[in-house]
Amino acid sequence: MTSNQASASPTTRSGFPSGSLEASSPRYAEKAIFAFLAFCGVLSVGVTTAIVISLLMPTIDFFRQVTLEQFFLDTTWAPRQATGRFGVWPVVVGTLNIVIWALLVAIPIGLASAIYLSEYASPRTRKIVKPVLEVLAGIPTVAIGLFAFFALNPAARLALPFLDWSGIFSVGVAGVAVGLMTVPLVASISDDAMRAVPRALREGAYGLGANKFKVSLRVVFPAAISGIVASIVLAGSRAVGETMVVYIAAGRTPNLTFDPTESVQTMTAYIAGTATGDIPTGTLDYDTIFAVGTLLFVMTLVLNVLAIRLVRRFREAYE
Amino acid sequence: MASNPITPATGRASLAISGARAVTARSLEASDRGDQIRGAVFLALLLLGIGVALLSLAAIIIWALIEGLPRVDPRLVTNAPSTVQPGEAGFRTALLGSLMVVGGVIGLVVPIGVGAAVYLEEYADRERWWNRLIELNIQNLAGVPSIVFGILGLAFIVRGPLSLGFVAAAGSLTLTLLVLPTVIIAAREAIRAVPPSIREGSLALGATRWQTVRRQVLPAALPGVMTGIILAIARATGEAAPLLLVGAVTFVTYNPSFLEGAYSTLPVQIFNYSSRPQAEFRVLAMAGVILMLGLVLAMNSFAVWLRNRFEQSW
Repeated sequence: MTSNQASASPTTRSGFPSGSLEASSPRYAEKAIFAFLAFCGVLSVGVTTAIVISLLMPTIDFFRQVTLEQFFLDTTWAPRQATGRFGVWPVVVGTLNIVIWALLVAIPIGLASAIYLSEYASPRTRKIVKPVLEVLAGIPTVAIGLFAFFALNPAARLALPFLDWSGIFSVGVAGVAVGLMTVPLVASISDDAMRAVPRALREGAYGLGANKFKVSLRVVFPAAISGIVASIVLAGSRAVGETMVVYIAAGRTPNLTFDPTESVQTMTAYIAGTATGDIPTGTLDYDTIFAVGTLLFVMTLVLNVLAIRLVRRFREAYE
Repeated sequence: MASNPITPATGRASLAISGARAVTARSLEASDRGDQIRGAVFLALLLLGIGVALLSLAAIIIWALIEGLPRVDPRLVTNAPSTVQPGEAGFRTALLGSLMVVGGVIGLVVPIGVGAAVYLEEYADRERWWNRLIELNIQNLAGVPSIVFGILGLAFIVRGPLSLGFVAAAGSLTLTLLVLPTVIIAAREAIRAVPPSIREGSLALGATRWQTVRRQVLPAALPGVMTGIILAIARATGEAAPLLLVGAVTFVTYNPSFLEGAYSTLPVQIFNYSSRPQAEFRVLAMAGVILMLGLVLAMNSFAVWLRNRFEQSW
């Protein structure tokens, strides 16, 4: 398509091209391609803008009808009743329950996996175990939700018979399942962070007589702490936004409790449960979905920005 | 270690030597039996942790096989869903719905995702604020919960500006936006791993920028780009939450169409069956889980294999 500069222009006797090195044609196709690629890049900003607009407009409508005090100071969440109560705390605490149980599982198991993979495992073991963990990350959340509800929940009842298992749902079991789901995320990012710690630091510690246990825990772990914290923050953000596991296994009753055997409704489960019916645009029900969605979006955004900053810090330190 | 100094140590030097002696003595003393035991206990705890992670993966798969295997037969694929005949019901229309939705995702996410990655890596000037904004934005978008994309789909695609209604195309667009960051981030990493010397060689031979990208950079980055795309497709295949909001909820007994009429997808249909009280529907749902896990895990394993197989160090 495009002819070579040198051969197209006349050559002098010395054999060097005499024409200018500027493009001989305007190359409209190149410009069109650039325009398309730039459009693809800009599209992602468009998506974010669309998310913010689509969340904000109904949220503003919502707060025209429900005051901020009713939303943040009331402790009863019953938006679909005739005498609607819009205290958001029960669903926020429901989400918080899930996050706590999920992190209680994901932090020890994820970090143990990461330290083992980065410091102890032979390259051979690592090459097998890491992909298997990545496969765990790909299991659809519907399957994990059903596993939590039909398998983990009865198992927990058998294992802990002294607890009061009144209902069929359990926020603790759902949270543990979400935690298992986020283990690969914690393990993978923490492993990356620990492997980014330079060998010299480890060798220095060995040279001073430290053993592997001390090198892992007192040298590598603190040196990689920003990446490790980032992985935990990201796992928290995933737990806040997880929908299907929670919708299936944690129940749908708004409940201001920290009892793991109780049923709760999370923010995501409220959205999924309410928006499933064909709700007419402009009603208070419709606007409530978006108000809760805005709160959810803001919470995960704060966590994600924090995690991105932390990851950048460990990259800057060692790479 | 601390040999006798040849010259008599004075002041600072003697302080340093005694300090070094103390440190060496302490660290040598420390590696006694107690320390060895602590090390062994620590390793045991690490192995316990990773064992639990791997066992839970195995448990999910084995449990799904045990529960669902009685209903894994051809009817699962050939028969339409039913609310009354769990013995005869299947996933036909949901599978077709999944095929349409995911097909649409592939058609959209491949050009847009790879295009955005090429733009950011090959064309964009990092010094410009708008390019940094795009980068930061994609990182953030990757962490937005899937249900929020469902809200976006409901407000912008089903209703609002696009007003497609509750159709498969709306589900497709919604999932495209959801998996777009995955593809962009993976493709960028693959493109970045291609050494600059390849580009410089191509440009020096007179190729234009786009020719360099298309004939040199993209072929070299292909395994990494493909890995990202396959992982994104697997995610779209198993995702249910955003589709609940954009209409994939009804029992569809006739084959769906892309642009009109109700649709459902495999994970949503599984969810629907599982929430019915009869035990037979539960078995049917678990058979669907086997089908879904088979599809998704095969795609994921292929993606991981592809990346490890073609991971090159230049």
